[in-house]
Amino acid sequence: MADSVDMTKGLPSHPERATLDGKNKFLGFWVFLGGETIMFATFFGTYLGLMSGTADGPTSSDIFSLPLVFIMTMILLTSSLTSVLAMFAMKKNNFKGLMVWMWVTVLLGASFLGLEIYEFYEYYHYGLGYTTSAFASSFYTLVGLHGAHVLFGLGWITTLLIRYRSAGITLTNAPKFYVASLYWHFIDVIWVFIFTVVYLMGVGG
Amino acid sequence: MSQWKRLLQYLTAASVLFVLAGCGEEGITALDPQGPQAQWLYDNMLLSLYVMAFVIIVVFVLFFIIVAKFRRKPGDDEIPEQVEGSKTLELTWTIIPIFLLAILAVPTVTGTFILADTDPDPEGSEFTSGSGSSGEEELDEDEVAEDGVTIEVTGHQYWWQFDYEEGFTAGQEVYIPAGEKVEFELHASDVMHSFWVPALGGKVDTIPGITNYLWLEADEPGVYQGKCAELCGPSHALMEFQLIALERDEYDAWVEEMSEDPEEIQDTGEAERGHEVFEEQGCIGCHAIGGSGSAAGPTLTNFGDREAFAGILEATDENLEEWIRDPESIKQDNDMPAYPEESINDEDMDALIEYLQSLTILEDE
Amino acid sequence: MADNYANTADKSVLWDWLTTVDHKKIAIMYLIAGTLFFVKAGVMALFMRIQLMRPEMEFITGQTFNELITMHGTIMLFLAATPLIFAFMNFAVPLQIGARDVAFPFVNALGFWIFFFGGLLLSVSWFFGGGPDAGWTSYVPLASREHGGLGIDFYVLGLQVSGIGTLVSGINFIVTIINMRAPGMTMMRLPLFVWTTLVVSILIVFAFTPLAAGLALLMLDRIFGGQFFIPGMDGNVVLWQHIFWIFGHPEVYILVLPAFGIISEVIPAFSRKRLFGYSAMVFATLVIAFLGFMVWVHHMFTVGIGPVANSIFAIATMAIAVPTGIKIFNWLFTMWGGKLTFNTAMLCASSFVPTFVLGGVTGVMLAMAPVDHLYHDTYFVVAHFHYIIIGGIVLGLFAALFYWYPKMFGHKLNEALGKWMFWLFYIGFHLTFFVQHILGLIGMQRRIYTYLEGQGMATMNMISTIGTFIMAFAVVLLVFNVVYSAYKSERITERDPWDARTLEWATNTPVPEYNFAQTPQVRSLDPWFYEKVHGDGTMKPAEPLDDIHMPNGSILPFMIGLGLFIGGFGFIMMNMENPIVPPLLVVILGAVLTFGSMGLRSIKEDHGYNIPLERIKKIEKEAS
Repeated sequence: MADSVDMTKGLPSHPERATLDGKNKFLGFWVFLGGETIMFATFFGTYLGLMSGTADGPTSSDIFSLPLVFIMTMILLTSSLTSVLAMFAMKKNNFKGLMVWMWVTVLLGASFLGLEIYEFYEYYHYGLGYTTSAFASSFYTLVGLHGAHVLFGLGWITTLLIRYRSAGITLTNAPKFYVASLYWHFIDVIWVFIFTVVYLMGVGG
Repeated sequence: MSQWKRLLQYLTAASVLFVLAGCGEEGITALDPQGPQAQWLYDNMLLSLYVMAFVIIVVFVLFFIIVAKFRRKPGDDEIPEQVEGSKTLELTWTIIPIFLLAILAVPTVTGTFILADTDPDPEGSEFTSGSGSSGEEELDEDEVAEDGVTIEVTGHQYWWQFDYEEGFTAGQEVYIPAGEKVEFELHASDVMHSFWVPALGGKVDTIPGITNYLWLEADEPGVYQGKCAELCGPSHALMEFQLIALERDEYDAWVEEMSEDPEEIQDTGEAERGHEVFEEQGCIGCHAIGGSGSAAGPTLTNFGDREAFAGILEATDENLEEWIRDPESIKQDNDMPAYPEESINDEDMDALIEYLQSLTILEDE
Repeated sequence: MADNYANTADKSVLWDWLTTVDHKKIAIMYLIAGTLFFVKAGVMALFMRIQLMRPEMEFITGQTFNELITMHGTIMLFLAATPLIFAFMNFAVPLQIGARDVAFPFVNALGFWIFFFGGLLLSVSWFFGGGPDAGWTSYVPLASREHGGLGIDFYVLGLQVSGIGTLVSGINFIVTIINMRAPGMTMMRLPLFVWTTLVVSILIVFAFTPLAAGLALLMLDRIFGGQFFIPGMDGNVVLWQHIFWIFGHPEVYILVLPAFGIISEVIPAFSRKRLFGYSAMVFATLVIAFLGFMVWVHHMFTVGIGPVANSIFAIATMAIAVPTGIKIFNWLFTMWGGKLTFNTAMLCASSFVPTFVLGGVTGVMLAMAPVDHLYHDTYFVVAHFHYIIIGGIVLGLFAALFYWYPKMFGHKLNEALGKWMFWLFYIGFHLTFFVQHILGLIGMQRRIYTYLEGQGMATMNMISTIGTFIMAFAVVLLVFNVVYSAYKSERITERDPWDARTLEWATNTPVPEYNFAQTPQVRSLDPWFYEKVHGDGTMKPAEPLDDIHMPNGSILPFMIGLGLFIGGFGFIMMNMENPIVPPLLVVILGAVLTFGSMGLRSIKEDHGYNIPLERIKKIEKEAS
């Protein structure tokens, strides 16, 4: 039966997949990420198709500042690492470790978002508004959508952290934390592609 | 007896197809092809129809045998043999369709490339038997291009503009030399349209920001109905035009006349007054005549030769008046303003019509 | 675990249906919503056919006609065919795999309500200056901010919202079918309807997401001035077409593959024979789905993509005919040697086979890229896809309705009325659409609100209109049948009124909320038939009889859907000339409702309730 997991010896080694409910969430979320990938691919395609369409506005090599983007990339990659550490802690039934590493992830994510807002602000003042050109629209849409995902992820993880601040690791919340960290990795992977396709290609021409 | 009813129904439907194959109006229907491209399309449509008819017959025969033979009788509770499948049969109906498709794939690929080669050619297209730019002639590409006719087409809501290499513009009616492969360079000014002359060949979309190419060839001189085939707004259905094929010498004469400035207006009094009305009302602000005036609307240089007004109305004085009085009631959402009696009185309207009808290029009629 | 045993009988009927997470009730809601949208879009078709009855008719204007074609197509595909298919998937799939419910009952209800509110959002466009008018494909620039009216905003937001509903339902089915199968129900023992549901759900995940992206681009264009599709700002008009058809072509298979699945259930049941070439059928389904993503450019042969691309996509398109052919012949050979019973369900299912072939062969003809320059955007295409959609999907849906009706509602539909319905519909259908092939070839282009006199199109258009009315009458008969049977038809309590083959017929009629008192042990393909022939006529249980744990109902799915409706409407208000209320406020209200409900769901955990053993025993005893 679904909920008949033997808990006498403590949590099972994979608490996130121990129940049928957890298994369903695990699989369902992977499928969801598959769909998200295709959606991002569509926006990437749009960007690639329109990146040269600058219509007298600034071009990508005019505005992109690699040092800033590099720092942002490092911050986001580190946050992915800290969420992995949180998952390790969860598997070792170390609730405090889980909480601490997850909070660090949230902080790093928030600083990434702050830098991104600063970056957009700079571009806007350089003359790249949302409606400046097809390139501008597709750039802001792709990178902005990623930013929106980061924002949603922050809200999600924070909700979980507050909701379960003193609950300990259970078979109910383990899948939730696991899935949230999966989502965070996904956001990170998308950023790696954005860094390569948008920024590196944009600067290198 | 229901299976016979159904059989009868299909047989009638099939025979209807062949009766109607000669149907539709000449000069419009694609089932009566008037040029090499249309002929090729028609032939290959028939080829695919024959191949597919084979498939249809096999399926239908099997189906009717099954319906007739394997009905469960009342009270028959026997369970038939539970057949899992059959490798041989399944391979058969995998491999035979592949062969059938291969038959269709060959003309598909060759045809695609021939249709895409739009370079104009006075000798006729590759589909025209016995001529066409094959072999050594291909070396003289420049020369060929010089001789051939290329016409720029621009789709507007809801009319067509045709710009010739000689520098003049024609509206609503496009003239081409018969028996030559003519290239069309397709543009759109507002939304997408699609340029289609069914009796002569296939359609190609006209897209804002993108240039497309199409070639057509008419075997014989004549008038061919053209249509817009891409939804472009409320009057999409009414965005028709005429393609007029002339013999080469007549075509050359027409081009020469069109290129000249029409300075001498036939001064038959009333037409003279009509010309004044035309200028007073600011018609020239949208409709150019012989190169002077704006191109916001169709050029009227050869208006008197029009086969149809606004692309769709029979070319009579009454229809012309109706159009000028209230264009919106005829073509919803078009740009032309209405000229009710308050702005042009009946007398002036007659004069204007007289003037417009006098704008002819063609010698005869 | 919480043991607060909640009986659905304690709630009022309305509240029960608004909060239900039971897949069987959600199926019925999909069925009703889908039927309403189907009738609505059907009436639009009648208006269009009246307008086209004679040349230069002035029944409706070109503008109204364009709104009708757009709404007819959009509603029929997104809001009629999709929910009707979801109705049968929801009802049959958990039963056919021996599960108590879908993997995420809450998400299932969520999917329904989001779809429903999305459809509502699209439909209210009529009250705000007219429906969308750029065709169901909404090609830019006709649909972009410069040329498209407010109706397009309803199209964009309405589809965006209902698309989310479809997407989450698709994810739910994938997880259900992979994780929730009864013991012994291996993948190669799944009924073909379950297989097609699985494949279609995968298609939904991969096709509705590009649509969501495309609609987002169009929304950004229309409301926030995005330059993706504006040629003067270096945008690209054709981009929209690519994105739309990357979704649009798989969408066709999303609709037609479940119909294939239904046919593969109904034909074996009424032939008393197992499906011929089961594994080939599964394989063919997978190949069709895979190729379905490789062929979108065949909708764009006249756009000028170039001869190389056109050739490749033409050949890929033709290739789809091979697995489809395999299916056709496998159905024929399922019937061959069987004992066929021609009731209404079987009439619809068997006539599907030759009818679909007629639509399929015109599909191959259309795949010949150069000749497509002749067919493209003419009534030949209109005839082709109506042969696929009506001759394929609608006949499949009719078959499913008559087949599963007794299990869903506890009584059969009247057979005499059903057969009248079938024959009228079938004759009307051919009358309407067969002549449209020829109309296309003699020069009648698609989406025209009228045609000129003297172009030789009058007679065939008249025939087509007459056929439409016959079809409409058949649909009226069907609705009458539903009402008539509800009052007059004999109640049935037997499990298996059709002497069928799959697991859903092993449950009690009516199906108790927990479906199976004990999860069945599956021993073969067509497990129910297997037990009837080789066993004692009952399913072997895979678990002891015990309390059953069920999820609680919830109003939150309804609230999330409502929030999306309000938020979507707020975005549309940004383009209204006089919105009265500040649009941003409305958007925020919707967002608060949606995200608030989601947060509430996350914070307030639902532990469900247990149905005690005694009650299960009582229900089971009453049923047998």
